[in-house]
Amino acid sequence: MFSYFAKRIAYALATIWIIITVTFFLMNLVPGGPFLSEKAPSPEILKAMEAKYGLDKPLAVQYKNYLANIAKGDLGYAIKAKGQRITDIIADKFPVSAKLGGLAILTAVVIGIPLGSLAALKRGRLLDKTIMVLTTAGVSIPAFVIATALMIYLGVYVKIFPTYGLKTPLHYVLPVFSLAIYPMAYIARLMRSSLLDVLGQDYIRTARAKGVSGIFVLFKHALRNALVPVITYLGPLTAGILTGSFVIEKVFTIPGLGGEFISSITSRDYPMIMGLTVFYASLLVIMNLVVDILYCIVDPRIKLK
Amino acid sequence: MSVPENRLKKNIFSLQLNADDFLPADESEKQELVVMRKSVTFWRDGLKRLVSNNIAMISLVVIVFVILFAFVAPAFYPYSYSQQIRGSENLAPMEYSERELATIESGGRVFPHILGTDNLGRDYMLRVMMGTRISLIVGLVASIIVLIIGSVYGAISGYVGGKTDIIMMRIVDIIYSIPDILIIIILSVALKEPLKALFDRNDFLRSISILGPSLIGIFITFSLLYWVGMARFVRGQVLTIKEQEYVTAAKALGASSGRIIRKHILPNCIGTIIVVTTLQIPSAIFTESFLSFLGIGVSAPMPSLGSLASDAIGGIQSYPFRLFAPAIVICIVILSFNLLGDGLRDAFDPKLKK
Repeated sequence: MFSYFAKRIAYALATIWIIITVTFFLMNLVPGGPFLSEKAPSPEILKAMEAKYGLDKPLAVQYKNYLANIAKGDLGYAIKAKGQRITDIIADKFPVSAKLGGLAILTAVVIGIPLGSLAALKRGRLLDKTIMVLTTAGVSIPAFVIATALMIYLGVYVKIFPTYGLKTPLHYVLPVFSLAIYPMAYIARLMRSSLLDVLGQDYIRTARAKGVSGIFVLFKHALRNALVPVITYLGPLTAGILTGSFVIEKVFTIPGLGGEFISSITSRDYPMIMGLTVFYASLLVIMNLVVDILYCIVDPRIKLK
Repeated sequence: MSVPENRLKKNIFSLQLNADDFLPADESEKQELVVMRKSVTFWRDGLKRLVSNNIAMISLVVIVFVILFAFVAPAFYPYSYSQQIRGSENLAPMEYSERELATIESGGRVFPHILGTDNLGRDYMLRVMMGTRISLIVGLVASIIVLIIGSVYGAISGYVGGKTDIIMMRIVDIIYSIPDILIIIILSVALKEPLKALFDRNDFLRSISILGPSLIGIFITFSLLYWVGMARFVRGQVLTIKEQEYVTAAKALGASSGRIIRKHILPNCIGTIIVVTTLQIPSAIFTESFLSFLGIGVSAPMPSLGSLASDAIGGIQSYPFRLFAPAIVICIVILSFNLLGDGLRDAFDPKLKK
């Protein structure tokens, strides 16, 4: 077990290192440079700026410095945001995105699992078919379409919910819901097929034959086992919520980290792009690691190699 | 009653067998005994199941219509997707500008703007068509690239096995755990300028640069990241088929590796590979529209369904149809490819056979 965890952690670190390296060299591939704007600065200023951000050194040295700084937890300075520390920006903006994403994950799980179970229990009936049609639509409609459609109907025409910012709890309803629809539908489909699979197993039949009550069989025997695939989906789910938040934050003008990432790309703030990519990637890799570990704790059948 | 000559003499201890029963059967009798259906090939069998699947057939028809809409319909259009018609800015659906009304009054004919025009006076219907074309191209080309790289890599890894397999799969594992959207965003930002420079320098490459550097950037990024799923899948298939008795038999008969791959392994996993490739198309279209919506996909004036929707958000209250048109097309395209993929899987995946 220990060697398995050690291997997983080693993989995670390798992945993060590869991402850092790839991002670093890709960003240096881009011509133009971060100081290029309509008002071209004089060569002296340019040189001074490059010296300040360490961009005048050879690439290998820059790379070494960057790695050393990341190891110390320092992601460097943003350029467009007037020399603000990237870690400060993350500390400032990430809680907003995390709150939104956390609520969306919660919504997706809390609604998706019962929906999928219901469909599996009523297999072939009208309810099952309705849920399947709705969830197929849910995984086929891009988040930005859902978000804007919700915004127009519930925000502009009916005016129940506010359409921008995050001041009151009511502000959260539309963004959270539009962020949660895709994972919700996906979880419901996953849950349905997994529960159907489990319900066909011999131990369920044995439990029924022993006279165990239907509800007890469902909750004690079936659901527990059926939840395992859903847990493995939690890793990709976080990734989906994270990237989905780029779009949702743009549509609902929410001051989160996703919007910051997109604006750093359009303004070519390379240190910022690099810093945020490293941050996001590490977050996802760690999330996957946690899910992996959770997975072997929940399902003792998985033999650890 | 005459007794046949060959009949055995009646004996109380004999088994009373009828010698006629032991005569060789003639041709007609033989034919009656043959209980055989016409042999059904794997493809015909799958096709039969696909045709009887209503949802899949409807999606197929919808896809054909979308393809006609995107590739054939624009040819009959008198406008071009980047043509800005002066004086016809911000028209509502089926509305004519004053100048166009004057032309109609003086006996001329003006093609109606079925979905109106955008703020630069470009016919919106045509832009939606071109956007659909881009989305379909991205979906198809990306899946073909993924198919080629993934299946070759996976097949080599699975077939060769041993240390090669371990090393090749470790690489896949690491790429698999890289968050794809992040890298796609980074790559498409980083590749845009170098690609543009490359296209300007090289005459041969200039011919494909009509697609635009960002679109090619998207292809490159897709093909760099998304093949790993396909590679894993193909490897798994190859590993199971490799162990089958008929492959061992072929090997014992002295068949070369190339022959085994061509004649035994490939035909046995091609069905499932097609299914996986089909399901790759909607996911590529999904990602492309996502990128274009964020403003890092195709570059102007080339429209994409995602960028059209993104541009429409600004004027959502006045021109809601500008959002609805591309949004509905995206949903239809992705939904029908998903449903067709599901239908193909039900039809061609041997594991799901009833």
